[in-house]
Amino acid sequence: MSAVTDTVRVSVAKGGGVGQSIRDSLVIARRNVVRMLRIPEVVVFGLIQPIMFVVLFSYVFGGSISIPGAGISASGYREFLMAGIFAQTVTFAVAGSGAGIADDMHKGLIDRFRSLPMARGAVLTGRTIADLVQTALTLVVLAVVAVIVGWRTHENFGKVLAGFGLLLLLGYAFTWIGALIGLSVRTPEAATSGGLVWLFPLTFISNAFVPSQNMPAFLETIANWNPFSATVQASRQLFGNMPAGYPVPDAWPMQHPVWASLIWSALIVLVFRTLAVRKYRSTSA
Amino acid sequence: MPGAIHAEGLVKTFGDVRALDGVDLDVPEGTVLGLLGPNGAGKTTAVRCLTTLLTPDSGKATVAGIDVLKHPNEVRRSIGLSGQFAAVDEYLTGRENLQMVGQLYQMRAKAAKARAAELLERFGLADAADRPAKTYSGGMRRRLDLAAALIVSPPVMFMDEPTTGLDPRNRQSLWDVIQELVAGGTTLLLTTQYLEEADKLAHDICVVDHGRVIARGTSDQLKAQTGGERVEVVVHERDHMATARQVLAGFGKGETTVEEHTRKLTVPVTGGAKLLAEVIRELDARGIEIDDIGLRRPTLDDVFISLTGHVAEETGPTAGTEGADEATTSAPSAKEAGK
Repeated sequence: MSAVTDTVRVSVAKGGGVGQSIRDSLVIARRNVVRMLRIPEVVVFGLIQPIMFVVLFSYVFGGSISIPGAGISASGYREFLMAGIFAQTVTFAVAGSGAGIADDMHKGLIDRFRSLPMARGAVLTGRTIADLVQTALTLVVLAVVAVIVGWRTHENFGKVLAGFGLLLLLGYAFTWIGALIGLSVRTPEAATSGGLVWLFPLTFISNAFVPSQNMPAFLETIANWNPFSATVQASRQLFGNMPAGYPVPDAWPMQHPVWASLIWSALIVLVFRTLAVRKYRSTSA
Repeated sequence: MPGAIHAEGLVKTFGDVRALDGVDLDVPEGTVLGLLGPNGAGKTTAVRCLTTLLTPDSGKATVAGIDVLKHPNEVRRSIGLSGQFAAVDEYLTGRENLQMVGQLYQMRAKAAKARAAELLERFGLADAADRPAKTYSGGMRRRLDLAAALIVSPPVMFMDEPTTGLDPRNRQSLWDVIQELVAGGTTLLLTTQYLEEADKLAHDICVVDHGRVIARGTSDQLKAQTGGERVEVVVHERDHMATARQVLAGFGKGETTVEEHTRKLTVPVTGGAKLLAEVIRELDARGIEIDDIGLRRPTLDDVFISLTGHVAEETGPTAGTEGADEATTSAPSAKEAGK
């Protein structure tokens, strides 16, 4: 008699398999991108911090930090710095994905999704894909600002692109850490601070802002093996921002930064995706 | 043959709390079971176990003939869930919300789009369809949430406190939808704290408290367990209470109870409306002015109190104005009856 009681089953695609996983993930990714475009202030605020870092680090520290091979020079530091700022910016996506998923839990949306016959990892995969889109947009804006303050690359376009690719991959891997945090806390606020609190030591005990050689020995070891440092080192090389006489630390990840960056990112995705999907399936908000 | 929803011995504990302590349920196809109980009774936990959101510690359940524990994803194809809080994305429009849920039910995009338009129309959301859901009122969000649960016309529906927090008008319109749904053959498990709601919508009622089913039956059966009908009178003048009491004693089948401060007298009776008319005539003859008089059958409130020894934590949504089982008439119409 009406739409409500209409029991004619509507055409339903065959469920199951990889096809369904991809379809479901894209439906969720699309939803999160639409959401993001309707709350542009989140994107804007997400940009302010890295831009401030670019400006503050370049001009405040630029005149005092000595880079092996370049000495103390503001322009030399600026080139050295950018890969570090880019890498820090992509890892901050951890807070966004964590807060988004915690918010979905809080609002009962995760319950709704879990009651639907959808692929089991799709809610989280869709979220991380949408975060990847946002991270890419952020990187584009940040790169433009970097060029404005004087950052230049000295390698061919392919290598520069590969450098950004590694950065995006690292950002993507970190959104899976965010997903696990988001599923584990009660509120979006907790997910944001829980996502950021360990990022500061992680990004500072690294080669992102200063050469690891300038640190005390035990910190230098940590910095050289820090997953974050591998990506910084790799993209710094691929951008051609490593000063000519820069001594590469002896640690394996610093000697083979591209491989180290790929391995670390893949490992993070593997571990945290497994944990997050398991948590999602058993979660009880 | 087990019903469309069937559960045996469901147990779920959270730490020390036994949220479900051996719950058995059976809902025959095409009927409505009302799960009635106060906050924390275990209603939501039961729904979450049956809709695959929680794994029970022990016990078994089938929904639409499918084992909930063994084939959760098959169960999900056959159910719709409308939870306690409207689970819609507030930054998406109503239409986008429904299309998304339709696609996640594995409908093709085109079919999901058509079905979303149909439901938006049916639920009175067509005008607001392309506005973000955060601009919706509470009632509209709840309707959108219900529409999302109905997008594939699932044969089995679960509704967890569907009308909590709604105003009477929105509650009524949701009840209409639910009744229409059931008329169309859907099996429904509904949880509620509103006794009136269970009475109005459910074929069978399970009263739950502390994770256990403490009574089950039709609304009439439960009321019969609690006792028979009675006459309630509120007199206008405090001075008339003693006389009124004498009158009532002449008709009553038991002790008359008197509430001084509300000027209300209650006496158990048999004889229904005919007797009520006699009581009114007699009171009138003695010149006792009455503010209110009525024949009252026990409500589910009374059932609940007599079963659990405590009141359901929230009383009926529109207590007094819409009481479905009260034959209470207001003073003017009582006078008419007396003519």
